Amino acid sequence: MARNHVTTTVNGDEYEFLCDTEQTLLDCLRDELFLTGTKEGCASGDCGACNVMLDGRLVCSCLVLGVEANGKSIETIEGMAHGDELHPLQQKFLELNGLQCGICTPGILVAAKALLERNPDPTETEIRFWLAGNLCRCTGYDKVVRSVQAAAEEMRKG
Amino acid sequence: MDDLRYEAPETLDAAVALLAGEVGNARVLAGGTDVLVQLHEGLNEPDLIVDIKNIPDLIGITEEAGGWRVGAATSGMEIVDHEAFAAAWPGIIDGVKLIGSIQVKGRASMGGNLCNASPAADSVPALMVAGAIATVIGPNGTREVPVEDIPTGPGQTSLEKGEIVVSFLFPERPPHSGGAYLRFTPRTEMDIAVVGVGVDLTLDDNGTCTAARVALGAVAEKPLMVEDGAAALIGTAVDDAALEKLAGAASAACRPINDKRGTIEYRIKVAGVLARRAALIALERAKQS
Repeated sequence: MARNHVTTTVNGDEYEFLCDTEQTLLDCLRDELFLTGTKEGCASGDCGACNVMLDGRLVCSCLVLGVEANGKSIETIEGMAHGDELHPLQQKFLELNGLQCGICTPGILVAAKALLERNPDPTETEIRFWLAGNLCRCTGYDKVVRSVQAAAEEMRKG
Repeated sequence: MDDLRYEAPETLDAAVALLAGEVGNARVLAGGTDVLVQLHEGLNEPDLIVDIKNIPDLIGITEEAGGWRVGAATSGMEIVDHEAFAAAWPGIIDGVKLIGSIQVKGRASMGGNLCNASPAADSVPALMVAGAIATVIGPNGTREVPVEDIPTGPGQTSLEKGEIVVSFLFPERPPHSGGAYLRFTPRTEMDIAVVGVGVDLTLDDNGTCTAARVALGAVAEKPLMVEDGAAALIGTAVDDAALEKLAGAASAACRPINDKRGTIEYRIKVAGVLARRAALIALERAKQS
């Protein structure tokens, strides 16, 4: 097989791995780097479960080839908490039951963090539009939206 | 499966040489939001993937000769976030904003949307009515191609083997110009157009329309320019009578299919309704520019 050598930065740490061209970034994160917090839902860019930041842009890691990560900087759900200290989004999702089964949660958290970094005070409509690419089949979204609103408020207080 | 090779050249010449020299099936990779899905569904089996995003000409938004040039692989979010370009070409932003979710737009590009050649591609009617010119490079050199001449059918383009769409030029526009793109979908987000309509027009100081372009998506095997729709607006104040003629021309231009997203009759009717609405938005924007 055509093995590609990739050097990339994930959550601030440098990683090297070998991958086949067909392997997505999602496959590489999970199967080569054993960072299994990023989930596979649809594998076609529809559900958002695999969301990561790639050079500062929110992307579906199922729609990125692993080899494309060469020289890039990636942020995943594993980089969100600082040690035992949860990110305010993680904390509010726990307190307000913003999740049930949890499969969509890493992707939603990564996406919501990207939103709050651009817009610290989004309206409910802005949150719903931003998260339109993140599907959850348990919560009905209301608790997700309320958790994001509560985290935004907490973060604005600093 | 045989080895699928990956190359990420840093110059246009190197990319063209790789694509033109490939004996097997070579595929250009821009944002990958269509290519990767097709790859995993087995819809195409390339031997070589040429990632063009490391070529500087393909990425970025710059002013040029009073207009704008946008690299064909520039991500949708980079385009939407570019305030000066968005202010100059709001109709393009209408189209780009509708390409998938935020995370899909983090990768998806106008060049990819054009070359994937879906008849329902949201940015393509917007590019067509903007009069965007694609710079295409290939083994025989560079050519400038109006966007509407590139798609030829579902998944089919007029590009030759080894050719790449490098960038889009949006020429300098006269004052009082405005454009808009609207689509109809059953849902507000994350859906594929049942009908899409782009309208771009220019007014003189008295509010008379001096130039117009109209294009339709998802109603034929490729996005269509609607010359009769443009003619219905030119020379008028874009009043009710002109809008009525525009709607009729848009409906008449449709040659849609029946599918799960809409019937032939429905698409024909909606094309007229949306053309009128898009023209009103374009008119408002033209008055304000």
